[in-house]
Amino acid sequence: MNIVLSHTSGEPFYLQIVEQLRRQILTGVLLPGAGLPSIRQLAKDLQISVITTKRAYEELEKEGFIDSKVGRGSFVAGVSAEALREERVKRLEQDLLQLVEEARAIRISYPELRDMLRLYYEEDES
Amino acid sequence: MTAIDIQDLTKRYDRFTLHPVSFTVPKGYITGLIGPNGAGKSTIIKAMLGLVRPDSGQIRFDGRSFPQEERAIKEQIGFVSDENHFYEQLTVAELKRNFAPFYPEWSDADFARYANLFELDLKKRIKDLSKGTRMKVSLALALSHNARLLIMDEPTGGLDPVFRRELLDLLSDFIQDGERSVLFSTHITTDLDRVADYIICMNRGRLVFSESKESILERYVLVRGSNELLDRDVRQEFIGLRETEVGFEALHADRRRATELFRNAAILENPTLEDILYYTAKGEVLLG
Repeated sequence: MNIVLSHTSGEPFYLQIVEQLRRQILTGVLLPGAGLPSIRQLAKDLQISVITTKRAYEELEKEGFIDSKVGRGSFVAGVSAEALREERVKRLEQDLLQLVEEARAIRISYPELRDMLRLYYEEDES
Repeated sequence: MTAIDIQDLTKRYDRFTLHPVSFTVPKGYITGLIGPNGAGKSTIIKAMLGLVRPDSGQIRFDGRSFPQEERAIKEQIGFVSDENHFYEQLTVAELKRNFAPFYPEWSDADFARYANLFELDLKKRIKDLSKGTRMKVSLALALSHNARLLIMDEPTGGLDPVFRRELLDLLSDFIQDGERSVLFSTHITTDLDRVADYIICMNRGRLVFSESKESILERYVLVRGSNELLDRDVRQEFIGLRETEVGFEALHADRRRATELFRNAAILENPTLEDILYYTAKGEVLLG
């Protein structure tokens, strides 16, 4: 497990932790049942506030990515394959939305965008 | 769960008044006490240690209070200061032998470990030590009697940047079990930008705020823009303002409000604790 924080991006630390852990869980780098460092250990390792790491874990717990048990620490939750896919599709939709907005902003028409997309999709396939 | 609970503490000197101050230091966390010189930080810390008798108010440590339980309170406090409370002629080893008997849970093994870690020469006399090394001696003593609360008064003044960074690790270690707490008074806020959980800010003998660093840094916003944006109403929005020929920089206490007010007309950035301290002090000087 790796967490690398940017001190200059302006994005709150707790969000950076949430996003990086979420990504590592979704991509299978962290497997269900894997133990996570305690909030105090993580705060020490990253040299940040305990409140920040606590907030990040609480957020991940709310989203169902991790389980925390008193006295036993935090673990990656058993995320089902279906839930994983659903979450990834949701993310893909968000990325697509961004893509469309950017295309509109620089006046790329839908057929042009579609052709570009096809080019990349098929290139990757082969 | 509170490590220290302060209610309506006041103290009046000829040239300084501590107005009624109330705050709590939560157990299991690192709390920073910040403020410019003359804010009242030292008066509060001295009152906590029983070195200054407050005119009124109450200080409770995990439920205990002065003067009835002074002994039990002091045994559990590790105090680290840049002022020299030591006997100048003693060597580090002699100082330790004088210090240890006051603490039932004193550990020679812990002291030896910290002395080694801090590269202290036990045979040197206190008077021959640099300010930074004296601080390390004070820290090694404070960490060697199983203290539940570490109170540090301007600890980083004489320390080099390498040790200051290592100190942050030591403090994180100290609070690992969630039962121990640190109160850290300083005007060098970059140390606290990293690890502090809660911040208590004092200015001119009054409490400015006492809350988690996360919520402070989320609430406040630094605004930079051109001078045309400033009119009477806008000026009143700010906590503190710095104007020059080529534009202004100011601190606003409500990020959402500032975002609505300026939209894209100004640059909004995350402030540091130092920005907050600077504009708070500056703002009050202008008002006062």
